[in-house]
Amino acid sequence: MSSFWSIWIAVLTLGTLVGCYLLLRLCLKNFAGVEEGESMGHTFDGIEELNNPLPKWWSTFFLLTIVWGFLYLAMYPGVFGSNWNGLLGWKSSNQNVVTLEDSKSQAQANLQEGSGTLVEYDREVARANETYGKIFAKYATYSIEDIAAAKDAEIDFNTRDYDALTAVQKALVDRSEALRVGQRLFIQNCSQCHGSDARGTTGFPNLTDDDWLYGHSPADIKYTLIEGRKAQGMIAWGTMVGGDEGVKDVAAYVLSLSGREAKEGNAEAGKAKFAMCQACHGANGEGSAAMGIDLGAPRLNDNVWLYGGSERAVQASIKNGRAGVMPAWKDILGEEKIHVISAYVHSLSEK
Amino acid sequence: MNQSNTSAVDYNMSVVRQFTVMTVIWGFVGTLVGVLIAAQLIWPALNFDTPWLTYSRLRPLHTNAVIFAFGTSALFATSYYVVQRTCKTALFSPGLASFTFWGWQAIIVAAAITLPLGYTTSKEYAELEWPIDIAIAVVWVSYAIVFFGTIIKRTSSHIYVANWFFGGFIITVAVLHIGNSMAIPVSMMKSYSLYSGAIDAMMQWWYGHNAVGFLLTAGFLGMMYYFVPKQAERPVYSYRLSIVHFWALVSLYIWAGPHHLHYTALPDWAQSLGMVMSVVLFLPSWGGMINGIMTLSGAWHKLRSDPILRFLIVSLSFYGMSTFEGPMMAIKSVNALSHYTDWTIGHVHSGALGWVAMVSIGAMYHLIPILFNQERMYSIRLINIHFWMHTAGIILYIVAMWISGVMQGLMWRAVNADGTLTYSFVESLTASYPFYFMRFLGGVLVVAGFVIMAYNMFKTIGAQDGSLKKVEAA
Repeated sequence: MSSFWSIWIAVLTLGTLVGCYLLLRLCLKNFAGVEEGESMGHTFDGIEELNNPLPKWWSTFFLLTIVWGFLYLAMYPGVFGSNWNGLLGWKSSNQNVVTLEDSKSQAQANLQEGSGTLVEYDREVARANETYGKIFAKYATYSIEDIAAAKDAEIDFNTRDYDALTAVQKALVDRSEALRVGQRLFIQNCSQCHGSDARGTTGFPNLTDDDWLYGHSPADIKYTLIEGRKAQGMIAWGTMVGGDEGVKDVAAYVLSLSGREAKEGNAEAGKAKFAMCQACHGANGEGSAAMGIDLGAPRLNDNVWLYGGSERAVQASIKNGRAGVMPAWKDILGEEKIHVISAYVHSLSEK
Repeated sequence: MNQSNTSAVDYNMSVVRQFTVMTVIWGFVGTLVGVLIAAQLIWPALNFDTPWLTYSRLRPLHTNAVIFAFGTSALFATSYYVVQRTCKTALFSPGLASFTFWGWQAIIVAAAITLPLGYTTSKEYAELEWPIDIAIAVVWVSYAIVFFGTIIKRTSSHIYVANWFFGGFIITVAVLHIGNSMAIPVSMMKSYSLYSGAIDAMMQWWYGHNAVGFLLTAGFLGMMYYFVPKQAERPVYSYRLSIVHFWALVSLYIWAGPHHLHYTALPDWAQSLGMVMSVVLFLPSWGGMINGIMTLSGAWHKLRSDPILRFLIVSLSFYGMSTFEGPMMAIKSVNALSHYTDWTIGHVHSGALGWVAMVSIGAMYHLIPILFNQERMYSIRLINIHFWMHTAGIILYIVAMWISGVMQGLMWRAVNADGTLTYSFVESLTASYPFYFMRFLGGVLVVAGFVIMAYNMFKTIGAQDGSLKKVEAA
């Protein structure tokens, strides 16, 4: 911000507050030329105005708020725009950072020069890491399988006095707590797409069944959360399979893989064209995961349909393509929180 | 309601009459849409799976209808009436005045068609697309010409305080509307704001909060300064108080917008300024309430028999309450709890239903008999029933929103020992349902009150001239 704008803001703000003060002083005096309590002497459509003084409590209170306004603006940023942060040097966050990297390096730099505690956001993040970091660090010492297995654990002892528990009991308490925390984090961060019950919806996979696009080992799930996933190769195939008729044929064949009969299209003709699909979906439509590759091509010979299983929906998928994206969460949540979410997700399909 | 003024000035009352009748009709329509969307929040099926009946399209219709159709029609009616009576002169340019009526009604109809169809700029309270925005600017400038033209040709020496407020509101709303609605059209019904990012947000709330500050506060204070002393038949309490609170109010209000953007991408300095000015604004706002209520000194007994005065005085109480609540909510640490919750909705409605609607209703009950050559409304009893229904409705509404708002704020910020949030969003929604129902009941009472008012108005208009005689209070 240039110093011109800085001064502009100062003149307007201070001018407004000083103006209010002068106005109040003016009206505290009886300048009206008639006795206090008397009529001003003019009437408007029969309405008279009295020259009563300002109520004392009102003018005092008004004056106090003006004084408070000056004090606040001395302490906090405001009066000179972005050129002065006030006597306290407080900031809500590092202003003007654009990326997460910027933010982190700025916070680091602030700490080194000793002003880190003045940035409210940095301070809160540091405090949260200090308070909660050790909890998640403890959870991270348990494997995803161990935490997930706590789903069926029965705790038949009093957990109120944690320190008095045996090592085995402590581990059991930790694991079941970690699983509950994983569920809460899932509900706050994942349920918007996958649903509160993790059963998904059109375009967003159901996480409670046995059908997995990218594998369901603990390592696979954790990798999916950390790095995200992007479905590859399901471009718009309409023209390549021979226009609308070709789309209908291929859709008919795809439906036949799960034993259904299509109303439109020729499944036999579709089968020949399905050769194009085999590279990702497999010769029998078993999907890329079954072939051990991370393409995210769904299995087609079952009754699970990511984008809808109606004939119309399958045709639309072939004709227009699909591009499923799972965002990368490593920068948002960090690995230790992802660890417990992974355990929760893993527990959902474990029978 | 005595017409002491027997001067020979030939006031232009036809445009006042038109706006008065439409005020009552739009009041009913606007609150009815409000009740429908309040019901949709409890029973979502009430959108009947029809795009133009969805909450997202009807909500701007509700806000536009109550602010710009109901509230602004009331301001047009009363400002045209008051400026003539207190300046002792007829309206400047009756033709232009008539144009403002038909122009404004056409804009309202255009809003009622385009908003449900989904045409929107997505700026709150400024949703209307650019052709309608231009029409608003044209009508508004015409309004300014009529109003200030009348002031200029006045035959009284001074300008009465009510006209300061009306004048301030007319000028500022023109500046706000034109400033915020700047946009680049890409087709007949689609445009993009001239501003981007945080600047767009700042412009929007500079406009948004001053729509509240000037249209819904200064304008209605103008109304209050005429109808309260007139109905109470008492002098205005303090001339000097009106000077200090007028100038302080208009110079401080214009800064308050950033308090809508606390803890956002808006720079810290702008947030601080918005908060400081909002807090300092508290006492100047109360100046109007004190001046209005103290005007009743020596006439308190009239509240017992006059339901119109009751409307006016209770409106000032709600005004005082919401202008205390507002500065408190503008404080950053309070805002951290209240923002995005139903508390804000409750605050707006204590201002809109309590202050704006009640002072307008009181003014309309005062005006209707005068405009249609009667000494009183068709039924005083029905005014009284309306008063109690409206008051009960507001109280149900505000109390419900206070409880659900504070509850939501507390639920959203509650954290477990491990730092995770205690409640998911949907849990706070489920917990709000009982209060949504309570709010719905409050809204039904308000709408029913407007039905009674419309009935009373049409009966008064339909009665033979001069047949409704003033009854002396028992």
